Amino acid sequence: MPSIPTILSAQPVGTHARITAIQLPPDIHQRLLEMGLTVGTECTILRYAPLGDPLEIRVRGYQLALRRSEGAGLHVQILN
Amino acid sequence: MSASAPTRAAATESPRAATRSVRTIAIAGNPNSGKTSLFNALTGLRQKVGNYPGVTVEKKVGRFFGAHGKPFDLLDLPGTYSLQTRSPDETVARDILLGRRADTAAPDLVLCVVDATNLERNLYLVAQLAEFGLPLVVALNMIDLAERNGLVTDIATLAARLGCPVVPVVASQKKGLVELRHAIAAHFGGAAPHRAPMPGPLDRAAHALGEELVRERVVASRSAVGEALLLLSAVDAAPAAGLPGALPSSVATARAQLERAGIDCIAAAVQARYAWATELASAAQRSSGSPRARLTDRLDRWLTHRLWGWVFFLGVMALMFFTIFRVAEIPMGWIEAGQELVSGWAGSAIPEGDFRDLVVDGAIAGVGGVVIFLPQILILFLFLGLLEDTGYMARAAFIVDRLMSKVGLHGKSFVPMLSSFACAIPGVMAARTIDSPRDRLVTILVAPLVSCSARLPVYALLIALLLPSGGAWEKAGMMLALYALGLGAAFTMAWLFRSTLFKEQRSLLLLEMPPYHRPSLRATAVRMGERGLMFLKRAGTVILAISVVIWALSTYPKPANPDATPAEALAASYAGRLGHAIEPVLKPLGYDWKIGVGILSSFAAREVFVGTMSIIYSVENGEEDTDSMRDRMLAETHPDGSPVYTPLVIFGLMVFYVLAMQCLATTAVVRRETASWKWPLFQLAYMSALAWGGALLVYQGGRLLGLG
Repeated sequence: MPSIPTILSAQPVGTHARITAIQLPPDIHQRLLEMGLTVGTECTILRYAPLGDPLEIRVRGYQLALRRSEGAGLHVQILN
Repeated sequence: MSASAPTRAAATESPRAATRSVRTIAIAGNPNSGKTSLFNALTGLRQKVGNYPGVTVEKKVGRFFGAHGKPFDLLDLPGTYSLQTRSPDETVARDILLGRRADTAAPDLVLCVVDATNLERNLYLVAQLAEFGLPLVVALNMIDLAERNGLVTDIATLAARLGCPVVPVVASQKKGLVELRHAIAAHFGGAAPHRAPMPGPLDRAAHALGEELVRERVVASRSAVGEALLLLSAVDAAPAAGLPGALPSSVATARAQLERAGIDCIAAAVQARYAWATELASAAQRSSGSPRARLTDRLDRWLTHRLWGWVFFLGVMALMFFTIFRVAEIPMGWIEAGQELVSGWAGSAIPEGDFRDLVVDGAIAGVGGVVIFLPQILILFLFLGLLEDTGYMARAAFIVDRLMSKVGLHGKSFVPMLSSFACAIPGVMAARTIDSPRDRLVTILVAPLVSCSARLPVYALLIALLLPSGGAWEKAGMMLALYALGLGAAFTMAWLFRSTLFKEQRSLLLLEMPPYHRPSLRATAVRMGERGLMFLKRAGTVILAISVVIWALSTYPKPANPDATPAEALAASYAGRLGHAIEPVLKPLGYDWKIGVGILSSFAAREVFVGTMSIIYSVENGEEDTDSMRDRMLAETHPDGSPVYTPLVIFGLMVFYVLAMQCLATTAVVRRETASWKWPLFQLAYMSALAWGGALLVYQGGRLLGLG
């Protein structure tokens, strides 16, 4: 089952994944990088907000919320 | 200043004169790193808050004393994750580090606050600061929490690998401050920390560009590589555009060459810094489980729950509203009593005449009418401080982001919108936390549509007019409807602005969810005091001036007949004449010139409407007794004998006051926050149009339906 490339925001809670590529406009891309979402980084989906968006992930030992629209630009490989 | 009050000698506004004798330390750190706690712990109350001219970034300077009693100025850099110059905060931080702001002395040393529980990501900013070549001291904050979470930190390794002193501290408990003061005092003129290694081509390009920057005298040589890396990794050419000589083309050429060599300019430097941070963090810190994170996780399971998340959120909001509107009434009563005392005293101390009227009716009444909102503002900031400090604010933004983004706002817009129920001024200022410029501007534009507490007395009067024999529930329902109308208008306009004016710009939410922790009452109290003082300062300057002008307009010229009633005097004044002059514009709304005077006088502050109406209808003793005023107003007729205050006119007036921008203080703040006249004027125009259109719709529409 592992190693199917997909996008982060389509995954259920508990998904552990590695970022393989980022496809976002340059300024948003850079902001995500600076928050630690670089290619090769692993992250876990902790929860979705009550209305389904945004989602909260754990990355580099801290917790970050981002919208599905940005999560859709994060290509990941599922690890669990 | 320092001679008269040596213990509170805040740093001076013009540092050039003072700082050569006093060294300046810039304090930097990520949001949530405890930077503010450390700033407060080091400086106590010896701080001064202001703004950097031209931008909205807050400038905070404090004085603290080193190990041997030597004074230092501590300059608070904006809390930021990065120094890449995209937002005003980041640009200000970069410019200060480069010593490029004429209003601020270049720092001699940088103190970086690092959250020990979140070492890896916090080290990213350290890596960026290191590139600017200033001596650096790292305060490793929340070291107690880290230990409780099973994180063992090897301070010596961290210091050796960074190449700078590292001092473990617990800012909230003032632990480690002595060691920190020693380390700072000993490290002036020390070596800059090690830099994160960059990929070869990028490193060479940064050094080459750095040399050129030094030749063109853009930066000092120690900061050259740092500035070069920012220019090379900028998302567009804008930061390079203003550079002298051949630099803009040099930057473009270097970037093109790097791209050809397979270097992604936007990402390469960031990735290199993170690679360095990851390696450093794993070398200096070992982990064995994290109990604290589990507590946060358990709480979040409830507080962001599909159902209970909303219940808790609405509960907090309800409590906040109750306190702002009910509990605040008590101290508001004291302020009112105090104001009466002062005007009574001024009335008897100053001989009768224009000067007494100016002081009592103009200055004291005008300033008092605004100062009365101080308790509400303090309570508001108490709540906001506690919500922020505990970490719940991020959860609230997380919960409401979806709803807010549907109407063109942002998860972080909810604080400004909420604050605006008390007063639009703190609301507009709170919009600073929104890091996407478009969402911030939309929030500022619509915030004054939310019914602030200054509208309350106007609503109360108009509701008494509309429902003279209505019960308490009926009146409360009407009040609620007016609040709902304001909120609805704010959301509608936000949606409209987003889908027209700002269609092209993309919105972004990147929100750190810090672990929950116990709030610091002291920090909250300091912040409340800060905000309260800022508010009072405004009341003492802008609002005082406006009050005096309005008083003059409604007093002069004096009526020819000295026995004229106050109402006749008002009719003869400039304000009265203006009221007559604008009557044609207000006629379609069903208003006469007297209502025109009321609207004009409340142009600067809407609550003045009630006071003006009480003068016009000659309420005895100038007392704003709603009942007697209501009866006189309801008895008012047009020359043809028909009543002026028909239900349609009153309802139209309500709609007008919900939608109109009648607050010069807010306009002044919006000008400052947007650093232009364009947006406050646009706001004034669209809200006035909305108010006039709304009242027209009610009056003429109602008549067409045969209701009038």
